[in-house]
Amino acid sequence: MKISHGLLLLPLLASLAVPAWAKINVVATTPDLGAIARVIGGDQIELTTLAKPGEDPHFVDAKPSFMVKLNHADVLIEGGAELEAGWLTPLLEGARNPKLEAGKPGRIAGAEGVHLLEVPSALDRSQGDIHASGNPHYLTDPLNAKIVAAHIARALAELDAKSAGVFQANLKNFNNELEAKLAEWSKLVAPYAGRQLVTYHNYWIYFGHSFGWPMELFLEPKPGIPPTPAHLAAVIGKMKSGNLKLVTVQPYQNRKTAETVASHTGAVVLDFPSFPGGKGTEGYLEWMDFLVKSTVAGFEKTR
Amino acid sequence: MNFRIIITSASVLMFTASAWPAEDQVQQLQLQLIQLQADFEKTRHLQQQQIDAITQKLAALSVAPAAPARTDEQQKLEQELATALEPPAAASRNTPVAPSAGGAKAGSSYMNLSFGTLIDAGWSSVTDPSAQLQLGDHDPSKRGFLLRNAEISLDGAIDPYFKGFANIVLKLDKNNATDIELEESYLQSTALPANLQLKAGQYFASFGRQNAQHPHAWSFVDQPLILGRAFGPDGLRSLGAQLSWLAPTPFYTELFLSILDGQGGTAFSFRNLGEPDAAGINRYAGRATSDRTLRGPQDLLFVPRLASSFELSDSQTLLAGVSAAIGPNDTGPHRRTEVYGVDFFWKWKPADAAQGFPCLTWQTEALYRRFEAAGDPIVPLPAEVLRDYGYYSQLVWGFVPRWNAGLRVDYASGNTAAAEAGDPYRGQRYRFSPELTFLPSEFSKIRLQYNYDHGDLFGNAHSVWMRLEFGLGAHAAHKY
Repeated sequence: MKISHGLLLLPLLASLAVPAWAKINVVATTPDLGAIARVIGGDQIELTTLAKPGEDPHFVDAKPSFMVKLNHADVLIEGGAELEAGWLTPLLEGARNPKLEAGKPGRIAGAEGVHLLEVPSALDRSQGDIHASGNPHYLTDPLNAKIVAAHIARALAELDAKSAGVFQANLKNFNNELEAKLAEWSKLVAPYAGRQLVTYHNYWIYFGHSFGWPMELFLEPKPGIPPTPAHLAAVIGKMKSGNLKLVTVQPYQNRKTAETVASHTGAVVLDFPSFPGGKGTEGYLEWMDFLVKSTVAGFEKTR
Repeated sequence: MNFRIIITSASVLMFTASAWPAEDQVQQLQLQLIQLQADFEKTRHLQQQQIDAITQKLAALSVAPAAPARTDEQQKLEQELATALEPPAAASRNTPVAPSAGGAKAGSSYMNLSFGTLIDAGWSSVTDPSAQLQLGDHDPSKRGFLLRNAEISLDGAIDPYFKGFANIVLKLDKNNATDIELEESYLQSTALPANLQLKAGQYFASFGRQNAQHPHAWSFVDQPLILGRAFGPDGLRSLGAQLSWLAPTPFYTELFLSILDGQGGTAFSFRNLGEPDAAGINRYAGRATSDRTLRGPQDLLFVPRLASSFELSDSQTLLAGVSAAIGPNDTGPHRRTEVYGVDFFWKWKPADAAQGFPCLTWQTEALYRRFEAAGDPIVPLPAEVLRDYGYYSQLVWGFVPRWNAGLRVDYASGNTAAAEAGDPYRGQRYRFSPELTFLPSEFSKIRLQYNYDHGDLFGNAHSVWMRLEFGLGAHAAHKY
């Protein structure tokens, strides 16, 4: 009798114990971080991304279900630089997961070690929605993806020492592919160096920085402040005098505004997905490839 | 590159070969230019190579410590340290890692500080709305201008084990004198095991949805009628402690249990002396009250709550809860009060919402209060049970970025009791409140609200309230 009881308990105990082959449960706040984690972690990780690819990353709802996801997580990859300031804090408070405390290997801030642009000299909200640590959209520069990938590889290796080699190899592959792409892109963009892009929100400044396309004109008068007729009129004037022909718009931004500006200036509206995750742009490199190629195509068209 | 250099050299040769005496200087300059261009290209290429090499090195270096990190020696040392640190077991898991840079600048002070103010302006068909119409302490309750909530909020990590929160509210009375109230001051654990969390101090009880929210998070300028009836002008808040547990369910489920002191006006239906009458005798529901000290733990106020949330679709979330508040009251010995509530919050926000718009929210709470009132032989009043019930239901539609429009329906009623003539907290009442809000940014808000009120006490009443709101300082995160 006793033996059979013990036997009955065995499968139960087995199911309770954490299996040695368990995957690392990774939560990424935004899809760009998620896409890089997917490449570095490969099959060794179970990945959840909180913000959706088409969603405005500044205004993600702190849904209670996210609390549960964070509660189960081994690793949290956040952008840092205050992008998630409006929603991540209450989620982490509710999640009660000591693995994700700041300073633990399970907490990765992508912005760590990234040279952030546009760090304000003074914190002044009359300048709109600015971030104290600088512009948080740094992953639109592919070179910053290398830094984030390295952070992820290091943290994963620390949590799963056995698979450290795999993560290392994945990182190397990612960097090699990125290098190859960079070489290809630099050839593509070379004829259009110095051309300007007009963007809706100050989201693509790192992208422009990386490929040599200055961005000084935005449809928003100040970050987070919706376009006004007076500001748009000024933008149209500058676009005409500067012969600027490309306006980018993201999925959650008002395309009609961009179209109106384009119709007054003979410009072309480019649909820029904010994050990897759309059709054909699932991976980080595919996404970046799409961005570069559609910009180049836009320049070609409006030569 | 090589190809380009060959071309350059070839053209240089061509130029030297075809030198005309008259154009000597021009050719010389052209030659110089071409050479400079070639040099520039060479340098650029070299620098790019250097940059690439350094970037690769950097990437490699930042990963390098991972692979060979745990040598036997280190492991031994770690084990030694772990045993040495045995008593505070939690500490041994700490791994020295560079502090997170994300938001280092924003978090450069030890706490977040913010200050928010609500300024009201309005008119009501009732001369003194504060008497029977607007019973909430932060409600607009006077014809003309009023400021009933200027709030200093502080929060931050206390140490590796607790976070601290405080809300200090300043408000102006009718005569523009300033009152101050320590609305909340509590700490919350960050490191309890088993999905538990402890909260202790003075805080708004987790009862329903709106009770624990501060007025700036409300969708209307005033508190719902039934919340006022059950929890009074200030909402249910008291000194005490709460333990909450995040259940290991696949969907969000959290269990809360608060044990509160439950004494005073902020525990309105519980150990509350009420207001003094003309003779200076404290009365609640007509009965003379007397201070009751605790006879045992059963005299504390218990507030359990269960909340669950479901993702109905990618764009729809439902949060639902049941709550109770159970404790003694001050009308007589062994008299107890029970309040029960259910709450729902549903939100629709499409995936491509810009700055959170468009969105639609529906919020409803229904409450039932059972109040055992003692007899008062002097008035005289019999011992009886007061039963109150009611609900509010509100729909708020963020129709374009920065704008929302809402409608709230309020209803409150109760059984007929012996002494309720003139008691604004009893009798039947209902209210319809449409509102329109413009949010210039996340830090300012202008709201216009109309209230149509009907009550047994005052008949019909019409009021229009405008509220201007601003917030300074730290960006408050939005709870769901």
